[in-house]
Amino acid sequence: MTSVMTPAPARSTASGRPALSHRLAERGIDRTLLLLLPGLVFLVALFVYPFVYGLSLSFQPAASHKTTDALYNYKQFFHDPYQRDTIWITLKIGLPAAIINVLASIPIAYRLRGRVRGKRLLTTALVIPITLGTVLTATGMIEYFSGTGWLNRVLMSLHLTDVDHPIPLLHNYWGVMLSLIISGFPFAFLLTLSYLSGIDPSLESAAAVLGAGWFKRFRDITFPLLAPGLAMTFCLNFVLAFSVFPSAVLLGDGEGKTHVISIAAYDAAYQEYDYSKASAIAMIMAAVMLIVISVVLFGRAQLYRGSSGGKG
Amino acid sequence: MTTISAGLPPSDVEPSALTAVGARRRIVLRPLSWITWGVVAFFFINLAGIVGSVVVKSFSTQWFDTWLPNGYTTQYWVEAWHEFDLGHVLVVTLEASLAVVVIAAIIGVPAAYVLARRSFPLKRLVMVVFLLPVMVPPIAYGIPLATVLYKYNLANSLTGVILANLVPSVPFVVLTMTPFIEQIDPKIEAAARMCGARTWSVFVRILAPLLVPGILAAAVLVLVRTVGMFELTYLTAGTDSQTLVVALYNAFYGAGIRAPQASDAMAVLYMLTMLVLLVIALRFVNPTQLVTRVADERRGD
Repeated sequence: MTSVMTPAPARSTASGRPALSHRLAERGIDRTLLLLLPGLVFLVALFVYPFVYGLSLSFQPAASHKTTDALYNYKQFFHDPYQRDTIWITLKIGLPAAIINVLASIPIAYRLRGRVRGKRLLTTALVIPITLGTVLTATGMIEYFSGTGWLNRVLMSLHLTDVDHPIPLLHNYWGVMLSLIISGFPFAFLLTLSYLSGIDPSLESAAAVLGAGWFKRFRDITFPLLAPGLAMTFCLNFVLAFSVFPSAVLLGDGEGKTHVISIAAYDAAYQEYDYSKASAIAMIMAAVMLIVISVVLFGRAQLYRGSSGGKG
Repeated sequence: MTTISAGLPPSDVEPSALTAVGARRRIVLRPLSWITWGVVAFFFINLAGIVGSVVVKSFSTQWFDTWLPNGYTTQYWVEAWHEFDLGHVLVVTLEASLAVVVIAAIIGVPAAYVLARRSFPLKRLVMVVFLLPVMVPPIAYGIPLATVLYKYNLANSLTGVILANLVPSVPFVVLTMTPFIEQIDPKIEAAARMCGARTWSVFVRILAPLLVPGILAAAVLVLVRTVGMFELTYLTAGTDSQTLVVALYNAFYGAGIRAPQASDAMAVLYMLTMLVLLVIALRFVNPTQLVTRVADERRGD
């Protein structure tokens, strides 16, 4: 037991240099790092390897195409307007949805940033759409927005629509957009709220003492401190919106106006059984995603990222 | 405290403490605050409508062109239970999600410990590997992952579903656990080592008891996410390894053959499952923790 009391003495080699294990330990490598191994091995086997495999598969077009061109799948994707446009369709749904969610969550979170009565109740209620998930939201929207659903009945009794012209919110762009707002807004709100409550309230009090009105305080104090958090919120929300799949199929017009890139990838894999093409589309999807995220994160790096008084 | 509250928005200001400036600000703010709360209320009314119409429809005999259905019955619940083999689906959902929770905790907690406490060469690279599965959309890595799992004959089975769902869950456990580990004073571990404890005993007798709240929070969050995870399960599940959410999607996707009320009954069952999980989850975690990794109590103090 006594040997444990002191650090294990380094066994010196003939040359007088400390043992290898000791030198490694000084750089932070010791047996504790083995604890990291299961997780790392798992993620390399099931995340990194499939990704690399998919990438290499995407450069090996299926035999049925009778081509040796490694870029065949990519050329086909960008050549065919039906395929190529999926990128724009996805961005056209995902970007506005993420922006609306972030913008809408700012004023509401701003009001709830301190200790407000009913805060716990409201945040709990807002968690519900997140836990329900996109599939259930989509199924509910099919009933609620249908021509004879409750929404159209209310609008009809207000004489805003009539029986023959129900408000068109299903099987088009708006259906998908609304489902992304319903599941994405609570997510954005909770993130924004947690960033906002991380900002030291005394900064704002100081500004108020110096005579700044609420708008000036928000513009000059809170917003600059919040902006990096908003960039992160936008990114995470965009990831959700970008991979929209169940709602685009159930609520949208999956083969037409809401033929998003995830549907294209899925169809290639499970309708055409062309895994090579599907992998190529999945890679394009990841690339577009990463480009948008890096643009946002690059912008974020230009912002003030210092201490905001709270846990930043 | 009174000086501070004067700087907060009017809702927090005592009426007696209002200065002339404060009073004016209050009038300016009012319409904006009404608009904000109006939007929130509008959101919840529609949400209630969406959830409510599914619940009402599942119990209805016929519901076409009226505010409420003609009559109520539980017939379609029974039909749904048999038609979709919901008993089996529920068992699969339970097995898959519990397996994911347990394995993710066993793999993730030690990794979170190392990442929270140690610095070592290539740590940034390792962090990226642990963060990417949360940042890349599930469909984008799900398709190559499913292809690999099919290649090794692991897909189309419960194993495939569990493996696929572990991919985002392990990083999620790491992200959730890190602040909990950082919060434990390293001196406690040092003291235990001074008294002769080896790494294993430090873990089992010192860290594990202190980390129980963190592990419970992470487990509950992974459970909620796995039961709700559609994309990865959909890509890897076979016909007899569907979880509830995939069965629900298939019922609506292939709608038209059977009574829509049966699909709605399944939707309500899924909703109830999620709500039960949510109630359990909220006993251990703060609502904001469902989306962020920082616990609310330790912030802004």
